[in-house]
Amino acid sequence: MTEMIVDRNAMAVMHEDRPRLSGSALTLSYDKRVVAEGLDVAIPDESFTVIIGPNACGKSTLLRALARTLRPAAGTVLLDGHDITSLPARKVAKTLGLLPQTSVAPDGITVAELVGRGRYPHQRLLRQWSADDERVVRESMEATGVADLAGRLVDELSGGQRQRVWIAMALAQETPLLLLDEPTTYLDIAHQIEVLDLCARLHEERGRTLVAVLHDLNQAARYATHLIAMRDGRVVAAGPPGEVMTADLVEEVFRLPCRVIDDPETGTPLVVPTARRRAVAPNGVPAR
Amino acid sequence: MKTTELPAVGRGGGVRAARPATAGPVTVRWRSLAVGAGCLLLAFVFGVLAVGGGDYPMSPSDVVRTILGGGSPAENFIVHELRLPRVVTALLVGAALALGGAIFQSLVRNPLGSPDLLGFTQGSAAGALLVVVAGGGSAALAGGAVLGGVVTGVVIYALAWRGGLHGHRLVLVGIGATAILTGVNGYLLTRGRLMEAARAMLWLTGSLDGRGWEDVFPLLAAMAVAVPVVLLGCARPLAITEMGDDLARGLGVRVQGLRLTLVAAAVLLTSLAAAAAGPVSFVALTAPHLARRMTGAPGPNLLAATCTGAALLTGADLAAQRLFAGHQLPVGVVTGVLGGGYLVWLLAAQRKAGRI
Repeated sequence: MTEMIVDRNAMAVMHEDRPRLSGSALTLSYDKRVVAEGLDVAIPDESFTVIIGPNACGKSTLLRALARTLRPAAGTVLLDGHDITSLPARKVAKTLGLLPQTSVAPDGITVAELVGRGRYPHQRLLRQWSADDERVVRESMEATGVADLAGRLVDELSGGQRQRVWIAMALAQETPLLLLDEPTTYLDIAHQIEVLDLCARLHEERGRTLVAVLHDLNQAARYATHLIAMRDGRVVAAGPPGEVMTADLVEEVFRLPCRVIDDPETGTPLVVPTARRRAVAPNGVPAR
Repeated sequence: MKTTELPAVGRGGGVRAARPATAGPVTVRWRSLAVGAGCLLLAFVFGVLAVGGGDYPMSPSDVVRTILGGGSPAENFIVHELRLPRVVTALLVGAALALGGAIFQSLVRNPLGSPDLLGFTQGSAAGALLVVVAGGGSAALAGGAVLGGVVTGVVIYALAWRGGLHGHRLVLVGIGATAILTGVNGYLLTRGRLMEAARAMLWLTGSLDGRGWEDVFPLLAAMAVAVPVVLLGCARPLAITEMGDDLARGLGVRVQGLRLTLVAAAVLLTSLAAAAAGPVSFVALTAPHLARRMTGAPGPNLLAATCTGAALLTGADLAAQRLFAGHQLPVGVVTGVLGGGYLVWLLAAQRKAGRI
């Protein structure tokens, strides 16, 4: 273990402290609508980075730019020291995986087939399906707990199962960096926690760098090792959740008055919005 | 066909779960190949029957013997010069239309997104009609059809382009183009003299009557290039792109380059097919559906669709020649009736299953 830490430090020195994935002076826009200007962002290696911010602040847009699916109007995204737009598509796809918010499972596709599509960047015209692909697909399904569903149709699964299948597909891509756009949206609370636990395990056990966009601040604070708070296309704060998630910051970013207390389970920051009116006691009478 | 009768749950729980928990592509590919081979065999049988029929009937074994080079001079002439070109044209036109249809249905992520409905076929028709009105011969007509299809393809692509090509814009622009071109074609028909208009109407229905080798070669040449490029180079990334542009890019697919290649290939195939046989209806729409049902595989099923189209059109042309003794129908009438019937049946079946 000690050796590994030493190794990582050596790597960091080698890279002159520059993380594998970063963006500098990014201007991001759709057609002429500018979403962000002069954005600087760095994803610490082997972190579980969570991006938070109000709707339309540019979180997903930033994620798309980091994943090369949106070309910045200005500025560069650097992956391992190279401008990501100059790298071959297949090479990027072997280093960095993306799970977009809306993906369509083709009609009549089974779980195993869908997960198998994550192997696409590793395949060639003449070497389409190898024992290696087979093994990685099996392992990815086991890691996400969907191995028992391998032969089932994706259409028949519950929302939580389906999301785990998509994550399994992203895992099968075998990339050291994985970007997830709102992986918990449309899931009930139990499934949200299930997916986040899975992400945390992937981060801890496999040393993957994870970047996720999340809406729930308390989940973000609990699971993230690095937090990026955005508003109006700017990074307002970045750092460990314990330092970043303060009442002032939440007020500044979300315009939401709140108190921040310790999460009784984990000790991480817990955001409690200030009550607009007094709480109602069980008998229906406002408590005084 | 089996999958349609079973409820959705039975499909996954029963048939598929019986398969070992592997990632499956190998199994799927086998079944697609089997469907493709089966359809080609069927097309061959239809073809032999078609060559054997007519004023000088020949038995299937005589037909095969003659094709393999062992026929008498009379048989050689009848088979190689008169009847075989028509069958080969049917085979190639069916395959080209079906492949073009499967590409467009997948690109626009809509099972109704065939070139007939997106304006490309009407473009070919407009080109051909212009030639007819100007009094051109049949070679010029074929050239007009190709040019009309390609020009329409370029215009639709350019109009639908907005920082990249997106399926829904292609559909909207295509439907607009269809409406405009239908009007233009109607006007061109009224401008032609009676003989020309009748000839144009026959062409518009789609007919394989009197096709010679000179009608086969342009299409054959285009298919020799386009089919390998599409089936070997584009089939897998196309299947990935069906899951969404962002996901496909994340997996390393160059989405816009892929779309441009595929639109070019599909437009070329569709217009050359129209040049050879006229805008034969419904093959581009139905063949990919049928193929998907037979393979049971997700995705564009390009290979199976191509072979299904070949079998469908050779079969339809055989029916067109034999259905009414002494009176041949244009093949477009048969595909129209068959395709329309299939669509109605499909809607009824889907309705019963509660999907629409």
